[in-house]
Amino acid sequence: MTTQEALFQYTLRIADTNLILGQRLSEWTGHGPFLEEDLALTNIALDITGAAKSLYEYASTIENKGRSADDLAYLRNDRQFLNNQITELPNGDYAMTIMRQAIVDCFDFYFYSELTKSKDETLAGIAQKSIKEVTYHLRHSSSWVERFGDGTEESHTRIQNALNELWQYTGELFEMTEVDALLIKVGIAVDLSKVKDKWQKHMDDLLQKSTLEKPENVFMQTGSRKGIHTEHLAFILAEMQALPRMYPDAKW
Amino acid sequence: MEENKFEEVFESKLAKNEMVEPKDWMPENYRKHLIRQISQHAHSEIVGMLPEGNWITRAPSLRAKVVLLAKVQDEGGHGLYLYTAAETLGVSRDELLNNLHTGKAKYSSIFNYPTLTWADIGAVGWLVDGAAIMNQVMLQRTSYGPYARAMVRICKEESFHQRQGFEIMTHLAFGTADQKAMAQDALNRWWYPTMMMFGPPDSESPNSENALKWRIKRETNDQLRQKFVNQTVPQVEYLGLTVPDKNLKWNESKKGYDYSEPDWVEFKNVISGNGPCNKQRLLARNKAHKEGAWVREAAQAFARKRKEVYEAA
Repeated sequence: MTTQEALFQYTLRIADTNLILGQRLSEWTGHGPFLEEDLALTNIALDITGAAKSLYEYASTIENKGRSADDLAYLRNDRQFLNNQITELPNGDYAMTIMRQAIVDCFDFYFYSELTKSKDETLAGIAQKSIKEVTYHLRHSSSWVERFGDGTEESHTRIQNALNELWQYTGELFEMTEVDALLIKVGIAVDLSKVKDKWQKHMDDLLQKSTLEKPENVFMQTGSRKGIHTEHLAFILAEMQALPRMYPDAKW
Repeated sequence: MEENKFEEVFESKLAKNEMVEPKDWMPENYRKHLIRQISQHAHSEIVGMLPEGNWITRAPSLRAKVVLLAKVQDEGGHGLYLYTAAETLGVSRDELLNNLHTGKAKYSSIFNYPTLTWADIGAVGWLVDGAAIMNQVMLQRTSYGPYARAMVRICKEESFHQRQGFEIMTHLAFGTADQKAMAQDALNRWWYPTMMMFGPPDSESPNSENALKWRIKRETNDQLRQKFVNQTVPQVEYLGLTVPDKNLKWNESKKGYDYSEPDWVEFKNVISGNGPCNKQRLLARNKAHKEGAWVREAAQAFARKRKEVYEAA
């Protein structure tokens, strides 16, 4: 594998993760629990879909084979997508959506903080822009985890259930492959083991503040680094990619 | 001051084109009219998120997706400042939402039509927002201060939305034959419902008289409709599409187009709940509200607990 190939895969992984989570979040648009939250989720969807767009554009230039950013998003199939599985899970109730956000926002916060130091200027630049947005996203999701944890009995049960359900998908966030190894050597990629320590500590604090119990001895799901996903992803892509695949000659 | 003295002050404000502010005395009918109009407008923004939100996950390019998300987010924001403007008239958002959810309050009937294809998202931005702007530009000079100021901000964003809609239509109209057909089909379906947005003909508009007298409204339904047709026909021609109206013709003497009236029977049907999507829209709003109840309760319980801790300290 060349550095260029690794960089392409690495950029796609971040792009896919943002796009698929944005896709899920935008299902809430118009259906949130109240107007301010409807707007908050739509705004987060907008931020991360925007980040995905920049990343696909960069991936397109790295690959340099004439595939555009839209081609990468709309014409790859489910076995080629590299997003973390947690992003493709159905939204569930609001507690499930919020807990998934807290887990991912917290990861993104430390991940992008590190990525700003990347020797790859484009990735560092995208990280620089994203970190500002993610700081707000994390504040939003953490404050809701806290409210649910220490709100009513019902909200506590719901958020604890969400945590128990989602924990099995957290291991994958930190998995590294030869892509990471190769790019870490040249100062481009983030060492995810460092991100993991910070993420653990932050989540422990948040869960404790929110009177929640961290699940122990959970078997961690895996697969996305090899393009293996849950059953949900193919449905997401079927919906998202329908128009460009139905009208292959059309420009939008 | 006696009541008629207050009324004199109010009337003189209107006469001098000054704004009426929340703390000023105002006739009860004026207040009621405004609450009805502003809350209907707010509800329209919120319900309008549904037909447009319907296509976010299927937007055919990354750019289209990002732009549509931003647009729908703006609509929700408009709803938010309009509810706030209505609250300055002494009514709570809960009350207003309750009226929406029980079907007591109305919202713009246009959102009871379905968005069936991607071209509908173009048509909604171009035609529906275009028509809304006609009304809203006028409302920037409406007599009630908080409403007028909300409108200034809303108008800026709406004109961006209209351009976004027109951009989608441009891609389609100058695209493949399938895309052009999709654009024409959307125009065929949205033309008359959009014309209905200006309300019934002046001769049959029950609320217009007071609205004009109080300077809440500054142009009549028919005047605005004519303006809309005059502005839109050249855009249709630019796109190489056809207005679905055989009677459409330039009338030199009035410097405007003659056009066919929309089907006012259909209009009444949709308003009274029999449009293609009335039930789905209300169901969606009610479902979101009901499923969000535990979220709102949790937020309140949490705030209460924190307050107790704070006060105990």
